Amino acid sequence: MSQGPVAVAPAASAPARINAAPGFIRGALILVAVAFLGIFLLAPAFAVFAEAFSRGFAAYVAAISDAETRSAIGLTLLAAGIAVPLNMVLGLAAAWAIARFEFRGKSLLVTLLDLPFAVSPVIAGMVFVLLFGAQGLLGSFLSDRGIQIIFTPIAIVLTTSFVTFPFVARELIPFMEALGGEQEEAAVMLGASFWQTFFRVTLPNVKWGLLYGVILCNARAMGEFGAVSVVSGHIRGATNTLPLHVEILYNEYNFAAAFAVASLLLLLALLTLVAKRAVEWRVARQLAAGERAEAGEE
Amino acid sequence: MKPGSVRILPGFGLTLGYTLLYLALLVLIPLSTLFWKASSLSAGTFWAVVSSPRAVASYRLSFGTSLAAAAVNAVFGTLVAWVLVRYRFPGRLILDALVDLPFALPTAVAGIALTSLYTEKGVFGRVLAVFGIKAAFTPLGVTLALTFIGLPFVVRAVQPVLQELDPQLEEAAALLGASHWQTFHRVLLPGIRPAILTGFTLSFARALGEYGSVVFISGNMPMKTEITPLLIMTRLEQFDYAGATALALVMLLASFLLLLLVNGLQSWAALRRRAAA
Repeated sequence: MSQGPVAVAPAASAPARINAAPGFIRGALILVAVAFLGIFLLAPAFAVFAEAFSRGFAAYVAAISDAETRSAIGLTLLAAGIAVPLNMVLGLAAAWAIARFEFRGKSLLVTLLDLPFAVSPVIAGMVFVLLFGAQGLLGSFLSDRGIQIIFTPIAIVLTTSFVTFPFVARELIPFMEALGGEQEEAAVMLGASFWQTFFRVTLPNVKWGLLYGVILCNARAMGEFGAVSVVSGHIRGATNTLPLHVEILYNEYNFAAAFAVASLLLLLALLTLVAKRAVEWRVARQLAAGERAEAGEE
Repeated sequence: MKPGSVRILPGFGLTLGYTLLYLALLVLIPLSTLFWKASSLSAGTFWAVVSSPRAVASYRLSFGTSLAAAAVNAVFGTLVAWVLVRYRFPGRLILDALVDLPFALPTAVAGIALTSLYTEKGVFGRVLAVFGIKAAFTPLGVTLALTFIGLPFVVRAVQPVLQELDPQLEEAAALLGASHWQTFHRVLLPGIRPAILTGFTLSFARALGEYGSVVFISGNMPMKTEITPLLIMTRLEQFDYAGATALALVMLLASFLLLLLVNGLQSWAALRRRAAA
Protein backbone atom coordinates (compact mmCIF):
# COMPACT_ATOMS: atom_id res chain seq x y z
CA MET A 1 0.00 0.00 0.00
CA SER A 2 1.47 3.33 -1.02
CA GLN A 3 2.04 5.95 1.60
CA GLY A 4 2.31 9.03 -0.58
CA PRO A 5 0.10 12.06 -0.14
CA VAL A 6 -3.41 11.11 -1.11
CA ALA A 7 -6.27 13.16 -2.42
CA VAL A 8 -8.89 12.39 0.22
CA ALA A 9 -12.43 11.56 -0.94
CA PRO A 10 -13.90 13.57 -3.79
CA ALA A 11 -13.40 17.12 -2.55
CA ALA A 12 -16.86 18.43 -1.76
CA SER A 13 -18.12 19.88 -5.00
CA ALA A 14 -17.31 23.53 -5.41
CA PRO A 15 -20.35 25.76 -5.01
CA ALA A 16 -22.25 25.85 -8.28
CA ARG A 17 -21.38 29.12 -9.93
CA ILE A 18 -24.08 29.57 -12.52
CA ASN A 19 -26.86 28.59 -10.20
CA ALA A 20 -25.29 30.19 -7.16
CA ALA A 21 -28.11 31.54 -5.06
CA PRO A 22 -27.96 35.28 -4.59
CA GLY A 23 -25.98 36.31 -1.54
CA PHE A 24 -28.98 36.97 0.66
CA ILE A 25 -30.54 33.54 0.15
CA ARG A 26 -27.24 31.83 0.83
CA GLY A 27 -26.66 34.05 3.87
CA ALA A 28 -30.15 33.33 5.18
CA LEU A 29 -29.71 29.57 4.74
CA ILE A 30 -26.37 29.60 6.56
CA LEU A 31 -27.91 31.70 9.31
CA VAL A 32 -30.86 29.34 9.80
CA ALA A 33 -28.59 26.27 9.82
CA VAL A 34 -26.17 27.81 12.30
CA ALA A 35 -29.05 29.02 14.50
CA PHE A 36 -30.63 25.54 14.50
CA LEU A 37 -27.35 23.85 15.43
CA GLY A 38 -26.62 26.61 17.94
CA ILE A 39 -29.96 26.18 19.72
CA PHE A 40 -29.96 22.39 19.70
CA LEU A 41 -26.26 21.51 20.08
CA LEU A 42 -24.17 24.41 21.33
CA ALA A 43 -26.66 25.79 23.85
CA PRO A 44 -27.04 22.51 25.78
CA ALA A 45 -23.24 22.06 25.80
CA PHE A 46 -22.71 25.59 27.17
CA ALA A 47 -25.54 25.08 29.67
CA VAL A 48 -23.74 22.07 31.15
CA PHE A 49 -20.55 24.04 31.80
CA ALA A 50 -22.40 27.15 33.00
CA GLU A 51 -24.45 25.17 35.53
CA ALA A 52 -21.42 23.11 36.56
CA PHE A 53 -19.51 26.21 37.59
CA SER A 54 -22.53 28.10 38.97
CA ARG A 55 -21.36 27.50 42.55
CA GLY A 56 -17.77 28.31 41.76
CA PHE A 57 -14.67 26.35 40.95
CA ALA A 58 -14.17 24.92 44.44
CA ALA A 59 -17.67 23.40 44.47
CA TYR A 60 -16.98 21.94 41.04
CA VAL A 61 -13.79 20.26 42.18
CA ALA A 62 -15.51 19.02 45.33
CA ALA A 63 -18.35 17.50 43.28
CA ILE A 64 -16.10 15.62 40.88
CA SER A 65 -13.69 14.40 43.53
CA ASP A 66 -16.42 13.25 45.91
CA ALA A 67 -16.14 9.60 47.02
CA GLU A 68 -19.44 8.60 45.41
CA THR A 69 -18.43 10.24 42.15
CA ARG A 70 -15.12 8.39 42.24
CA SER A 71 -16.85 5.08 42.79
CA ALA A 72 -19.23 5.88 39.90
CA ILE A 73 -16.22 6.64 37.69
CA GLY A 74 -14.74 3.31 38.74
CA LEU A 75 -17.86 1.34 37.83
CA THR A 76 -18.22 3.17 34.50
CA LEU A 77 -14.61 2.36 33.64
CA LEU A 78 -15.10 -1.25 34.70
CA ALA A 79 -18.26 -1.67 32.60
CA ALA A 80 -16.65 -0.11 29.52
CA GLY A 81 -13.40 -1.97 30.21
CA ILE A 82 -15.20 -5.31 29.95
CA ALA A 83 -17.91 -4.53 27.39
CA VAL A 84 -15.64 -2.87 24.83
CA PRO A 85 -13.03 -5.67 24.55
CA LEU A 86 -15.79 -8.31 24.46
CA ASN A 87 -17.55 -6.56 21.60
CA MET A 88 -14.25 -5.89 19.90
CA VAL A 89 -13.49 -9.62 19.75
CA LEU A 90 -17.03 -10.26 18.51
CA GLY A 91 -16.60 -7.55 15.86
CA LEU A 92 -13.37 -9.12 14.61
CA ALA A 93 -14.83 -12.64 14.54
CA ALA A 94 -18.05 -11.54 12.87
CA ALA A 95 -16.21 -9.42 10.30
CA TRP A 96 -13.85 -12.31 9.45
CA ALA A 97 -16.76 -14.72 8.92
CA ILE A 98 -19.04 -12.26 7.11
CA ALA A 99 -16.59 -10.26 5.01
CA ARG A 100 -14.42 -13.20 3.92
CA PHE A 101 -16.91 -16.00 3.32
CA GLU A 102 -20.22 -16.62 1.60
CA PHE A 103 -22.76 -18.69 3.48
CA ARG A 104 -26.49 -19.18 3.72
CA GLY A 105 -28.32 -16.93 6.18
CA LYS A 106 -25.60 -14.30 6.03
CA SER A 107 -27.98 -11.38 5.61
CA LEU A 108 -30.14 -12.70 8.45
CA LEU A 109 -27.04 -12.83 10.67
CA VAL A 110 -26.15 -9.24 9.75
CA THR A 111 -29.68 -8.16 10.71
CA LEU A 112 -29.51 -10.07 14.00
CA LEU A 113 -26.20 -8.41 14.88
CA ASP A 114 -27.98 -5.04 14.70
CA LEU A 115 -30.83 -6.17 16.95
CA PRO A 116 -29.67 -4.38 20.13
CA PHE A 117 -29.92 -1.07 18.24
CA ALA A 118 -33.56 -1.71 17.43
CA VAL A 119 -34.81 -2.12 20.99
CA SER A 120 -35.44 0.66 23.46
CA PRO A 121 -32.79 0.93 26.21
CA VAL A 122 -35.50 0.28 28.77
CA ILE A 123 -36.35 -3.02 27.08
CA ALA A 124 -32.65 -3.88 26.86
CA GLY A 125 -32.37 -3.61 30.63
CA MET A 126 -35.70 -5.28 31.21
CA VAL A 127 -34.79 -8.53 29.41
CA PHE A 128 -32.01 -9.10 31.96
CA VAL A 129 -34.47 -8.57 34.79
CA LEU A 130 -36.74 -11.15 33.14
CA LEU A 131 -33.80 -13.52 32.87
CA PHE A 132 -32.05 -13.10 36.23
CA GLY A 133 -34.56 -11.22 38.43
CA ALA A 134 -36.36 -12.77 41.40
CA GLN A 135 -39.38 -13.68 39.23
CA GLY A 136 -37.20 -14.25 36.19
CA LEU A 137 -36.59 -17.34 34.09
CA LEU A 138 -33.49 -18.30 36.09
CA GLY A 139 -34.61 -16.50 39.24
CA SER A 140 -35.27 -19.48 41.51
CA PHE A 141 -32.30 -21.41 40.14
CA LEU A 142 -30.00 -18.51 41.05
CA SER A 143 -31.55 -17.66 44.41
CA ASP A 144 -31.33 -21.35 45.50
CA ARG A 145 -27.60 -21.05 44.98
CA GLY A 146 -27.39 -17.65 46.62
CA ILE A 147 -26.35 -15.93 43.41
CA GLN A 148 -27.52 -12.38 42.88
CA ILE A 149 -27.07 -10.75 39.47
CA ILE A 150 -29.66 -8.00 39.16
CA PHE A 151 -28.72 -4.90 41.20
CA THR A 152 -25.03 -5.87 41.10
CA PRO A 153 -22.17 -4.64 38.91
CA ILE A 154 -22.46 -7.91 36.92
CA ALA A 155 -25.85 -6.79 35.62
CA ILE A 156 -24.40 -3.39 34.70
CA VAL A 157 -21.61 -5.05 32.72
CA LEU A 158 -24.08 -7.41 30.97
CA THR A 159 -26.53 -4.69 29.91
CA THR A 160 -23.69 -2.42 28.81
CA SER A 161 -22.34 -5.25 26.67
CA PHE A 162 -25.82 -5.79 25.23
CA VAL A 163 -26.47 -2.19 24.18
CA THR A 164 -22.97 -1.74 22.71
CA PHE A 165 -22.95 -5.16 21.04
CA PRO A 166 -23.21 -4.06 17.37
CA PHE A 167 -20.84 -1.07 17.31
CA VAL A 168 -17.52 -2.67 16.32
CA ALA A 169 -19.04 -5.32 14.06
CA ARG A 170 -21.11 -2.88 12.03
CA GLU A 171 -18.07 -0.66 11.35
CA LEU A 172 -15.64 -3.49 10.71
CA ILE A 173 -17.74 -5.63 8.34
CA PRO A 174 -18.07 -3.02 5.53
CA PHE A 175 -14.47 -1.92 6.13
CA MET A 176 -13.07 -5.44 5.70
CA GLU A 177 -15.31 -5.98 2.69
CA ALA A 178 -13.93 -2.81 1.10
CA LEU A 179 -10.32 -3.86 1.78
CA GLY A 180 -10.75 -7.23 0.08
CA GLY A 181 -9.05 -10.47 1.05
CA GLU A 182 -6.13 -10.81 -1.38
CA GLN A 183 -3.44 -10.11 1.19
CA GLU A 184 -4.79 -12.69 3.63
CA GLU A 185 -5.14 -15.17 0.80
CA ALA A 186 -1.53 -14.58 -0.19
CA ALA A 187 -0.34 -15.05 3.38
CA VAL A 188 -2.18 -18.37 3.68
CA MET A 189 -0.84 -19.59 0.35
CA LEU A 190 2.66 -18.80 1.56
CA GLY A 191 2.00 -21.11 4.50
CA ALA A 192 0.85 -18.77 7.27
CA SER A 193 -1.54 -20.21 9.83
CA PHE A 194 -4.90 -18.64 10.68
CA TRP A 195 -3.53 -16.83 13.74
CA GLN A 196 -0.39 -15.68 11.92
CA THR A 197 -2.52 -14.30 9.09
CA PHE A 198 -4.88 -12.67 11.55
CA PHE A 199 -2.22 -10.98 13.70
CA ARG A 200 0.30 -10.10 10.98
CA VAL A 201 -1.95 -9.22 8.04
CA THR A 202 -5.56 -8.59 9.05
CA LEU A 203 -5.08 -6.74 12.31
CA PRO A 204 -2.56 -4.19 10.96
CA ASN A 205 -4.81 -3.63 7.93
CA VAL A 206 -8.03 -3.06 9.84
CA LYS A 207 -6.60 -1.17 12.80
CA TRP A 208 -8.18 2.18 11.89
CA GLY A 209 -11.57 0.68 11.14
CA LEU A 210 -11.35 -1.25 14.39
CA LEU A 211 -10.37 1.83 16.36
CA TYR A 212 -13.31 3.72 14.85
CA GLY A 213 -15.76 1.09 16.08
CA VAL A 214 -14.06 0.98 19.48
CA ILE A 215 -14.37 4.76 19.91
CA LEU A 216 -18.12 4.67 19.19
CA CYS A 217 -18.58 1.56 21.34
CA ASN A 218 -16.75 3.13 24.26
CA ALA A 219 -18.76 6.37 24.11
CA ARG A 220 -22.01 4.45 24.35
CA ALA A 221 -20.67 2.07 27.01
CA MET A 222 -19.67 4.93 29.29
CA GLY A 223 -22.80 6.95 28.60
CA GLU A 224 -25.58 4.36 28.65
CA PHE A 225 -28.36 5.39 30.97
CA GLY A 226 -31.78 3.81 30.35
CA ALA A 227 -30.69 0.18 30.22
CA VAL A 228 -28.37 0.25 33.22
CA SER A 229 -30.93 2.27 35.13
CA VAL A 230 -33.32 -0.70 34.97
CA VAL A 231 -30.85 -3.24 36.37
CA SER A 232 -28.78 -1.11 38.72
CA GLY A 233 -31.05 -0.58 41.69
CA HIS A 234 -29.22 2.74 42.17
CA ILE A 235 -27.16 1.56 45.11
CA ARG A 236 -24.75 4.38 45.86
CA GLY A 237 -21.12 3.49 45.88
CA ALA A 238 -21.97 0.02 44.57
CA THR A 239 -24.06 -0.03 41.38
CA ASN A 240 -23.93 3.60 40.35
CA THR A 241 -22.39 4.54 37.03
CA LEU A 242 -21.58 8.14 36.08
CA PRO A 243 -24.82 8.78 34.14
CA LEU A 244 -26.86 7.26 37.00
CA HIS A 245 -24.96 9.40 39.49
CA VAL A 246 -25.92 12.48 37.46
CA GLU A 247 -29.56 11.47 37.78
CA ILE A 248 -29.37 10.90 41.53
CA LEU A 249 -27.71 14.26 42.19
CA TYR A 250 -30.19 16.00 39.91
CA ASN A 251 -33.21 14.43 41.58
CA GLU A 252 -31.84 15.59 44.93
CA TYR A 253 -31.85 19.15 43.56
CA ASN A 254 -28.08 19.16 43.88
CA PHE A 255 -27.93 20.77 40.44
CA ALA A 256 -24.41 22.19 40.49
CA ALA A 257 -22.96 18.80 41.44
CA ALA A 258 -25.14 16.99 38.88
CA PHE A 259 -23.89 19.28 36.13
CA ALA A 260 -20.31 19.04 37.37
CA VAL A 261 -20.42 15.25 36.94
CA ALA A 262 -22.30 15.75 33.66
CA SER A 263 -19.49 17.99 32.44
CA LEU A 264 -17.08 15.05 32.72
CA LEU A 265 -19.35 13.06 30.42
CA LEU A 266 -19.65 16.03 28.05
CA LEU A 267 -15.85 16.28 27.88
CA LEU A 268 -15.74 12.58 27.08
CA ALA A 269 -18.28 13.15 24.29
CA LEU A 270 -16.29 16.04 22.83
CA LEU A 271 -13.11 13.98 22.99
CA THR A 272 -14.97 11.17 21.22
CA LEU A 273 -15.99 13.54 18.41
CA VAL A 274 -12.42 14.72 17.91
CA ALA A 275 -11.02 11.17 17.91
CA LYS A 276 -13.80 10.02 15.60
CA ARG A 277 -13.00 12.76 13.07
CA ALA A 278 -9.29 11.97 13.14
CA VAL A 279 -9.88 8.25 12.59
CA GLU A 280 -12.51 8.90 9.88
CA TRP A 281 -9.84 10.76 7.99
CA ARG A 282 -7.35 7.90 8.33
CA VAL A 283 -9.97 5.38 7.17
CA ALA A 284 -10.88 7.44 4.10
CA ARG A 285 -7.19 7.76 3.29
CA GLN A 286 -6.55 4.04 3.56
CA LEU A 287 -9.57 3.12 1.44
CA ALA A 288 -8.64 5.70 -1.21
CA ALA A 289 -5.07 4.35 -1.31
CA GLY A 290 -6.43 0.82 -1.69
CA GLU A 291 -8.65 1.89 -4.58
CA ARG A 292 -5.78 3.58 -6.36
CA ALA A 293 -3.55 0.54 -5.89
CA GLU A 294 -6.29 -1.61 -7.42
CA ALA A 295 -6.73 0.80 -10.32
CA GLY A 296 -2.98 0.70 -10.88
CA GLU A 297 -3.01 -3.10 -11.20
CA GLU A 298 -5.63 -3.09 -13.93
CA MET B 1 -13.26 -8.57 -5.55
CA LYS B 2 -15.93 -10.98 -4.37
CA PRO B 3 -15.53 -12.37 -0.85
CA GLY B 4 -16.74 -15.70 -2.25
CA SER B 5 -13.53 -16.15 -4.20
CA VAL B 6 -11.48 -16.43 -1.00
CA ARG B 7 -12.23 -20.04 -0.26
CA ILE B 8 -8.76 -21.00 0.86
CA LEU B 9 -8.85 -18.86 4.00
CA PRO B 10 -9.05 -20.75 7.29
CA GLY B 11 -10.98 -19.81 10.40
CA PHE B 12 -14.53 -19.83 9.05
CA GLY B 13 -15.88 -22.35 11.54
CA LEU B 14 -14.10 -20.74 14.48
CA THR B 15 -15.19 -17.15 13.77
CA LEU B 16 -18.75 -17.96 12.75
CA GLY B 17 -19.15 -20.34 15.69
CA TYR B 18 -17.90 -17.75 18.13
CA THR B 19 -20.15 -15.07 16.62
CA LEU B 20 -23.24 -17.27 16.85
CA LEU B 21 -22.48 -18.43 20.38
CA TYR B 22 -21.87 -14.92 21.69
CA LEU B 23 -24.91 -13.56 19.83
CA ALA B 24 -27.11 -16.27 21.32
CA LEU B 25 -25.84 -15.87 24.88
CA LEU B 26 -25.81 -12.09 25.10
CA VAL B 27 -28.64 -11.06 22.78
CA LEU B 28 -30.98 -13.79 21.60
CA ILE B 29 -31.53 -15.66 24.88
CA PRO B 30 -32.15 -12.47 26.90
CA LEU B 31 -34.53 -11.13 24.24
CA SER B 32 -36.43 -14.40 24.07
CA THR B 33 -37.40 -13.98 27.73
CA LEU B 34 -39.88 -11.35 26.51
CA PHE B 35 -41.77 -14.04 24.62
CA TRP B 36 -41.43 -16.49 27.49
CA LYS B 37 -42.98 -13.93 29.85
CA ALA B 38 -45.64 -12.92 27.32
CA SER B 39 -46.72 -16.53 26.90
CA SER B 40 -47.69 -16.60 30.58
CA LEU B 41 -50.24 -13.86 29.87
CA SER B 42 -53.76 -14.68 28.70
CA ALA B 43 -54.93 -12.85 25.60
CA GLY B 44 -57.47 -10.99 27.72
CA THR B 45 -54.90 -9.72 30.22
CA PHE B 46 -52.53 -8.80 27.43
CA TRP B 47 -55.21 -6.76 25.70
CA ALA B 48 -56.31 -5.12 28.94
CA VAL B 49 -52.75 -3.95 29.61
CA VAL B 50 -51.94 -2.68 26.13
CA SER B 51 -55.29 -0.96 25.63
CA SER B 52 -55.58 0.65 29.07
CA PRO B 53 -56.22 4.41 28.88
CA ARG B 54 -52.84 5.15 30.47
CA ALA B 55 -51.02 2.99 27.91
CA VAL B 56 -52.95 4.48 25.00
CA ALA B 57 -52.18 8.00 26.25
CA SER B 58 -48.48 7.05 26.38
CA TYR B 59 -48.54 5.67 22.79
CA ARG B 60 -50.20 8.85 21.62
CA LEU B 61 -47.56 10.99 23.29
CA SER B 62 -44.63 8.81 22.17
CA PHE B 63 -45.81 8.55 18.56
CA GLY B 64 -46.93 12.17 18.30
CA THR B 65 -43.79 13.73 19.74
CA SER B 66 -41.47 11.30 17.88
CA LEU B 67 -43.25 12.11 14.62
CA ALA B 68 -43.05 15.87 15.26
CA ALA B 69 -39.35 15.65 16.18
CA ALA B 70 -38.55 13.54 13.11
CA ALA B 71 -40.42 16.04 10.91
CA VAL B 72 -38.47 18.97 12.37
CA ASN B 73 -35.26 17.04 11.75
CA ALA B 74 -36.28 16.16 8.19
CA VAL B 75 -36.68 19.85 7.32
CA PHE B 76 -33.80 21.36 9.29
CA GLY B 77 -31.52 18.35 8.87
CA THR B 78 -31.79 18.63 5.09
CA LEU B 79 -31.10 22.36 5.31
CA VAL B 80 -28.09 21.79 7.58
CA ALA B 81 -26.75 19.09 5.23
CA TRP B 82 -27.13 21.43 2.26
CA VAL B 83 -25.36 24.31 3.99
CA LEU B 84 -22.52 22.07 5.24
CA VAL B 85 -21.96 20.49 1.81
CA ARG B 86 -22.40 23.46 -0.50
CA TYR B 87 -21.30 26.55 1.38
CA ARG B 88 -17.97 27.58 2.87
CA PHE B 89 -18.00 29.68 6.01
CA PRO B 90 -15.89 29.99 9.15
CA GLY B 91 -16.63 27.34 11.75
CA ARG B 92 -18.12 24.93 9.21
CA LEU B 93 -15.82 22.02 10.04
CA ILE B 94 -16.46 22.38 13.77
CA LEU B 95 -20.24 22.48 13.26
CA ASP B 96 -19.97 19.48 10.97
CA ALA B 97 -18.16 17.47 13.65
CA LEU B 98 -20.61 18.68 16.32
CA VAL B 99 -23.58 17.22 14.42
CA ASP B 100 -22.67 13.85 15.96
CA LEU B 101 -22.83 15.21 19.51
CA PRO B 102 -26.24 13.61 20.20
CA PHE B 103 -24.68 10.21 19.36
CA ALA B 104 -21.74 10.77 21.69
CA LEU B 105 -23.39 12.59 24.59
CA PRO B 106 -24.94 10.41 27.31
CA THR B 107 -28.69 10.87 27.16
CA ALA B 108 -28.97 11.79 30.83
CA VAL B 109 -26.62 14.72 30.27
CA ALA B 110 -28.65 15.88 27.29
CA GLY B 111 -31.79 15.55 29.40
CA ILE B 112 -30.67 17.74 32.28
CA ALA B 113 -29.01 20.29 29.95
CA LEU B 114 -32.17 20.73 27.89
CA THR B 115 -34.30 20.92 31.01
CA SER B 116 -32.13 23.69 32.46
CA LEU B 117 -32.55 25.66 29.20
CA TYR B 118 -36.32 25.27 28.89
CA THR B 119 -37.73 25.63 32.40
CA GLU B 120 -39.31 28.98 33.16
CA LYS B 121 -36.03 30.16 34.65
CA GLY B 122 -33.93 28.86 31.76
CA VAL B 123 -32.47 30.91 28.93
CA PHE B 124 -34.93 29.71 26.28
CA GLY B 125 -37.76 29.05 28.73
CA ARG B 126 -37.87 32.74 29.69
CA VAL B 127 -38.12 33.79 26.05
CA LEU B 128 -40.90 31.29 25.38
CA ALA B 129 -42.73 32.38 28.55
CA VAL B 130 -43.04 35.89 27.07
CA PHE B 131 -45.22 34.33 24.37
CA GLY B 132 -47.10 32.28 26.95
CA ILE B 133 -45.47 29.03 25.83
CA LYS B 134 -44.44 26.42 28.38
CA ALA B 135 -41.84 23.98 27.12
CA ALA B 136 -40.48 22.01 30.08
CA PHE B 137 -42.89 19.42 31.51
CA THR B 138 -45.14 19.56 28.42
CA PRO B 139 -45.27 17.55 25.18
CA LEU B 140 -43.33 20.42 23.57
CA GLY B 141 -40.43 19.70 25.91
CA VAL B 142 -40.54 16.00 24.99
CA THR B 143 -40.45 16.99 21.31
CA LEU B 144 -37.43 19.23 21.90
CA ALA B 145 -35.50 16.41 23.58
CA LEU B 146 -36.40 13.97 20.81
CA THR B 147 -35.35 16.53 18.17
CA PHE B 148 -31.94 16.72 19.83
CA ILE B 149 -31.61 12.92 19.91
CA GLY B 150 -32.64 12.47 16.27
CA LEU B 151 -30.72 15.42 14.84
CA PRO B 152 -27.74 13.53 13.32
CA PHE B 153 -29.78 10.94 11.43
CA VAL B 154 -31.18 13.12 8.62
CA VAL B 155 -28.01 15.23 8.27
CA ARG B 156 -25.80 12.14 8.00
CA ALA B 157 -28.19 10.40 5.59
CA VAL B 158 -28.51 13.39 3.23
CA GLN B 159 -24.91 14.68 3.32
CA PRO B 160 -23.23 11.93 1.25
CA VAL B 161 -26.00 11.98 -1.35
CA LEU B 162 -25.69 15.74 -1.77
CA GLN B 163 -21.95 15.35 -2.08
CA GLU B 164 -22.36 12.92 -4.96
CA LEU B 165 -25.03 14.95 -6.71
CA ASP B 166 -23.59 16.68 -9.74
CA PRO B 167 -23.89 20.49 -9.44
CA GLN B 168 -24.00 20.57 -13.24
CA LEU B 169 -27.58 19.31 -13.05
CA GLU B 170 -28.53 22.40 -11.10
CA GLU B 171 -26.53 24.59 -13.45
CA ALA B 172 -28.29 23.05 -16.43
CA ALA B 173 -31.67 23.63 -14.80
CA ALA B 174 -30.76 27.24 -14.12
CA LEU B 175 -29.53 27.74 -17.68
CA LEU B 176 -32.80 26.33 -18.96
CA GLY B 177 -34.57 29.05 -17.02
CA ALA B 178 -35.68 27.25 -13.85
CA SER B 179 -36.15 29.41 -10.76
CA HIS B 180 -34.34 28.53 -7.52
CA TRP B 181 -37.49 26.99 -6.15
CA GLN B 182 -38.06 24.96 -9.32
CA THR B 183 -34.46 23.76 -9.29
CA PHE B 184 -34.80 22.66 -5.69
CA HIS B 185 -38.19 21.09 -6.16
CA ARG B 186 -37.70 19.38 -9.53
CA VAL B 187 -33.97 18.66 -9.66
CA LEU B 188 -32.58 18.39 -6.12
CA LEU B 189 -35.45 16.99 -4.10
CA PRO B 190 -36.10 13.87 -6.23
CA GLY B 191 -32.44 12.90 -5.80
CA ILE B 192 -32.30 13.29 -2.04
CA ARG B 193 -35.85 12.24 -1.15
CA PRO B 194 -34.97 8.59 -0.30
CA ALA B 195 -32.14 9.79 1.94
CA ILE B 196 -34.42 12.25 3.74
CA LEU B 197 -37.02 9.53 4.27
CA THR B 198 -34.38 7.11 5.59
CA GLY B 199 -33.07 9.72 8.01
CA PHE B 200 -36.62 10.60 9.04
CA THR B 201 -37.48 6.97 9.77
CA LEU B 202 -34.26 6.31 11.70
CA SER B 203 -34.80 9.45 13.73
CA PHE B 204 -38.41 8.44 14.40
CA ALA B 205 -37.41 4.92 15.46
CA ARG B 206 -34.71 6.21 17.80
CA ALA B 207 -37.13 8.73 19.32
CA LEU B 208 -39.78 6.07 20.00
CA GLY B 209 -37.49 4.11 22.31
CA GLU B 210 -35.67 7.07 23.83
CA TYR B 211 -35.71 7.31 27.60
CA GLY B 212 -32.80 9.21 29.20
CA SER B 213 -33.11 12.59 27.55
CA VAL B 214 -36.88 12.68 27.92
CA VAL B 215 -37.51 11.77 31.55
CA PHE B 216 -35.98 14.97 32.92
CA ILE B 217 -37.79 17.44 30.67
CA SER B 218 -41.14 15.64 30.47
CA GLY B 219 -42.24 15.85 34.09
CA ASN B 220 -43.61 12.30 33.76
CA MET B 221 -47.27 12.95 34.53
CA PRO B 222 -49.40 9.87 33.78
CA MET B 223 -51.87 10.48 30.92
CA LYS B 224 -50.16 13.78 30.09
CA THR B 225 -46.39 13.61 29.68
CA GLU B 226 -45.60 9.94 30.22
CA ILE B 227 -43.86 8.27 27.26
CA THR B 228 -44.23 4.51 26.71
CA PRO B 229 -40.65 3.58 27.76
CA LEU B 230 -41.24 5.42 31.05
CA LEU B 231 -44.51 3.57 31.59
CA ILE B 232 -42.59 0.30 31.10
CA MET B 233 -40.04 1.50 33.65
CA THR B 234 -42.82 2.32 36.12
CA ARG B 235 -44.37 -1.13 35.69
CA LEU B 236 -40.95 -2.72 36.31
CA GLU B 237 -40.43 -0.69 39.45
CA GLN B 238 -43.81 -1.94 40.69
CA PHE B 239 -42.64 -5.51 39.88
CA ASP B 240 -45.48 -5.78 37.35
CA TYR B 241 -43.29 -7.75 34.94
CA ALA B 242 -46.23 -9.08 32.92
CA GLY B 243 -47.57 -5.58 32.28
CA ALA B 244 -44.10 -4.31 31.36
CA THR B 245 -43.65 -7.24 28.95
CA ALA B 246 -46.94 -6.61 27.17
CA LEU B 247 -46.03 -2.95 26.61
CA ALA B 248 -42.50 -3.90 25.53
CA LEU B 249 -43.92 -6.24 22.88
CA VAL B 250 -46.04 -3.41 21.46
CA MET B 251 -42.91 -1.28 21.21
CA LEU B 252 -40.87 -4.09 19.69
CA LEU B 253 -43.52 -4.59 17.04
CA ALA B 254 -43.43 -0.88 16.22
CA SER B 255 -39.63 -0.83 15.91
CA PHE B 256 -39.65 -4.02 13.86
CA LEU B 257 -42.08 -2.46 11.37
CA LEU B 258 -39.90 0.65 11.20
CA LEU B 259 -36.80 -1.48 10.60
CA LEU B 260 -38.56 -3.14 7.67
CA LEU B 261 -39.48 0.30 6.35
CA VAL B 262 -35.87 1.50 6.58
CA ASN B 263 -34.62 -1.57 4.70
CA GLY B 264 -37.26 -0.98 2.04
CA LEU B 265 -36.28 2.67 1.75
CA GLN B 266 -32.62 1.81 1.47
CA SER B 267 -33.14 -0.65 -1.35
CA TRP B 268 -35.32 1.95 -3.07
CA ALA B 269 -32.50 4.47 -2.73
CA ALA B 270 -29.98 1.93 -4.10
CA LEU B 271 -32.25 1.28 -7.09
CA ARG B 272 -32.51 5.02 -7.75
CA ARG B 273 -28.75 5.42 -7.58
CA ARG B 274 -28.26 2.60 -10.03
CA ALA B 275 -30.88 4.08 -12.36
CA ALA B 276 -29.12 7.44 -12.17
CA ALA B 277 -25.67 6.01 -12.84
